[in-house]
Amino acid sequence: MTSGPRDHPIVEQIPHLRRYARALIGDRTMAEDLVQDCLERAWSRLHLWREGSNLRTWLFTIMHNLHANAARSASRRPSTVPLDEPGAAAPTRAAQEDGLEVASIDAALAMLPDEQRQVILLVGLEGMSYQEAAAVLDVPIGTVMSRLHRGRERLRQILTGSGGTALRRVK
Amino acid sequence: MITRPISDDDIHAYVDGQLDPARRAAVETWLAENPEAAARAAFYARTNEALHQRFDHVLSEPVPAAMRTPRRRMFAELPRRAAVAASWLLVGLAGGWFAHMALGEPTVVERVVAVAPPMPAQAAVAHAAYASEVRHPVEVGADEEAHLVRWLTNRMGKPVKAPKLEAMGYRLMGGRLLPGSETGVACQFMYESANGTRVTLFIRTPNPGQSETAFRFATERNGISVFYWIDRNLAYALSANLPKDELKRLAREVYEQLNA
Repeated sequence: MTSGPRDHPIVEQIPHLRRYARALIGDRTMAEDLVQDCLERAWSRLHLWREGSNLRTWLFTIMHNLHANAARSASRRPSTVPLDEPGAAAPTRAAQEDGLEVASIDAALAMLPDEQRQVILLVGLEGMSYQEAAAVLDVPIGTVMSRLHRGRERLRQILTGSGGTALRRVK
Repeated sequence: MITRPISDDDIHAYVDGQLDPARRAAVETWLAENPEAAARAAFYARTNEALHQRFDHVLSEPVPAAMRTPRRRMFAELPRRAAVAASWLLVGLAGGWFAHMALGEPTVVERVVAVAPPMPAQAAVAHAAYASEVRHPVEVGADEEAHLVRWLTNRMGKPVKAPKLEAMGYRLMGGRLLPGSETGVACQFMYESANGTRVTLFIRTPNPGQSETAFRFATERNGISVFYWIDRNLAYALSANLPKDELKRLAREVYEQLNA
C-alpha cells in the first residue's frame, strides 16, 4: 500500500461510476447512494483487487452486483407503474430528423429493461469493450451483443416509431 | 477473397469502434450499399452521442468528500488493514495447523484452510473492520434488538441470541450480518463499555466436521484477543483489545447466558 486514498486509482473512477449510476437509475439520490455503497465496499475489499488487473471492471462489477441485489429485493414488493407497460409516460416524439433528442433519451432509457439499459450504457456511455461489459455483467459476450441489439432497436422504436419488435438480429 | 457476411454484431461494433481496421473498412463499404443498415448505424451512433450530451456533465461534478474517503477511520487504518489482509494466509496456515493438532483430521484441516479463514482470524478481522467504525459500527441498532435477533436468526437458520452484558459494564450497540463460510452466513453483535472499549461476538456455523469444543484463546496479529468455542452447532468468538483475563470473564458470561 504505497498510495493514500486521495491519489488511489479508484478516485479517478468515481466520476465514471457516478455518471453510469445516474444514467442507469435516473433518480439522483438513489444513484448517489449506489455509488457510495459501491465505494465503501470497494475500499473495504481493496485487498481482493489484484494490482494490475482491470480496476474499472472490478468497480463496475461491485456496483452491478449491488444494484442487482437492490433490484431483487425491490421486486419482492409490488412497484408502482412498471415503466415497460402501456400507461407509463411515453416520451414526446422528437422533432429532429433522426428522431433523437437529448432531452428524450432519459425517458426512452427508462422504458428499457434493466439488462438492456446496462449494456447500452456500459458500451455507449462508458466506452467499455464488449469483453469488459461481459465481465461486469457476468454474462457471455453473445448475451452482451443480443442485449445491445435489442436495447438499441427498442430505443429506435421508441424514439422514431420505426424499427419494431419483429426486427431480429442478423447473425 | 471471401469475407464473412456483415452481421448486426458488426454494425454495433462499427458504431462502438470495436472493429479492426480491415473489418471496419469492409463494414463501411457494405453500409454504403445498404441504406437501411446505414440509417440504423447512424441512429446507434447518435444514441451514444446523446448519452454523452445528457450525462457527461456528471463527470465534472465535484466528488463529495464522503466518496473519496467513505470511512475516515478506515483510511487511517488502511496500512494496518492491509497488514491484516496479508497476514490472513499466515494466520490461515497457523490456524489450519492448530485445527490439525486439535482435531487430528487432515481433511478438515484442508477444508478449513481452503474454504474459510479459521474462526478466530475471521472474527478478529470482522472486529478490526467494524469496532473501529465511527458512523456505521452496526447495521441494526440495539433500539431494534428484537428485530435484529429475529432477522439474524432467520438468516443464520439457527436461533441466535444477543447476550446481556450490562452487568459486566458493556451495553449492546447492535449487530450486523457478515459473510460466513461456504455453509452459511455469519453475524456479529457489538458491545461498548462506558470508556468506549468495544467487544464483538462473532457467530457462524462451524466448518464441516467440527464439533463442540471447550474455550480456546488466540491472539491475532493485529493485537486482538479472541476467545472462541463451538456449542450446539454454532461457533462463537468473542473479540476485543483487552487483556486475556478480562476477556475471559466476559466470554464465560456469554457462554453461560447462551446455555441458560
